[in-house]
Amino acid sequence: MWIYEKKLQYPVRVSKCDVRMARYLTEQYGGADGELAAALRYMNQRYAIPDKVIGVLTDISTEEFAHLEMIATMIYKLTKDASVQELEAAGLGPNYAQRDHALFYQNSEGVPWTAAYIQAKGDPLADLYEDIAAEEKARATYQWLIDMTDDVDLQDSLKFLREREIVHALRFKESVQILIENKDQKKVF
Amino acid sequence: MEANPCEPRYYEMLEQLQVLDFALVELNLYLDTHLEDFNAIEQFNQLTQERTRLANQFQELYGPLQNFGRAYSKCPWEWNQTPWPWQV
Amino acid sequence: MESQERVYYPFRGPFDPCPPVPCKTFVVPPNQFINFQPPNLPQFSLPEALRAGTLWPALFSPYESKSKGGK
Repeated sequence: MWIYEKKLQYPVRVSKCDVRMARYLTEQYGGADGELAAALRYMNQRYAIPDKVIGVLTDISTEEFAHLEMIATMIYKLTKDASVQELEAAGLGPNYAQRDHALFYQNSEGVPWTAAYIQAKGDPLADLYEDIAAEEKARATYQWLIDMTDDVDLQDSLKFLREREIVHALRFKESVQILIENKDQKKVF
Repeated sequence: MEANPCEPRYYEMLEQLQVLDFALVELNLYLDTHLEDFNAIEQFNQLTQERTRLANQFQELYGPLQNFGRAYSKCPWEWNQTPWPWQV
Repeated sequence: MESQERVYYPFRGPFDPCPPVPCKTFVVPPNQFINFQPPNLPQFSLPEALRAGTLWPALFSPYESKSKGGK
């Protein structure tokens, strides 16, 4: 069971009308290393992994959905008042032709999200190392997105999301340690 | 909903809630891999108490944060009143 | 805090068409130096923690935009 909470995890302010960024941010919405892929990857892996790390997978997955909502908020704010001409100039003409101002799970090049982006290998180490890699790739994507905007408020929210990837990667590394040692968590440190 | 969600107080309270909830997320993830850290559990429980108090105040003013029976409603039904998170 | 940035100098061929970039950088965040977070690490104040994206300064990784407008 999931309960929706009617608030963002972190305030999202967009201070510059820059439709171009909406398109690039889509990479973290429906891209291979985006928040949707992360959330679905972890939530699905938890059914075939030792009980000790199910909590980590469940909770990080849930947090990723909150991040997905933050990215959607950025895209929404950047596009909701954009004219057809502005969307076209930002490279979002094809999106408008298909769905007006609607968001879609696709990457920044318009490729639809696919389950082929994520894996479930059924081997705890293989799965957790994929998760660590996914967090580092998402961190890198956030860096490139931060580089592409001069809106300090948008940068602020993106920096928060980038830092979360770093913390998540550490929790997955700790999960690996817990499984390698095959001990109770208390004896690991 | 009684108060206006565009007023400064809404944003202030919302951010206070985001501050507490963020610390709780961080401690929760940490505790998922550190089951025996008594200090962290104590901090988690104490912040949970503060969070509950603040969330109740917020909901009194601006309507429910959660649905499906996690918050009371006045009439008319408050859950689908704006603003939604991405609109503020 | 020790710098989290690493620098490398790509080989410059005699026929490279564009003006060379002297060096390239990448980030090594603090999670690379911690295998298992020790208990009782110093914490940010709670409002600072939200802004930083972590409760613990030891896990914080700064990143500044390469865009001109960014500070």
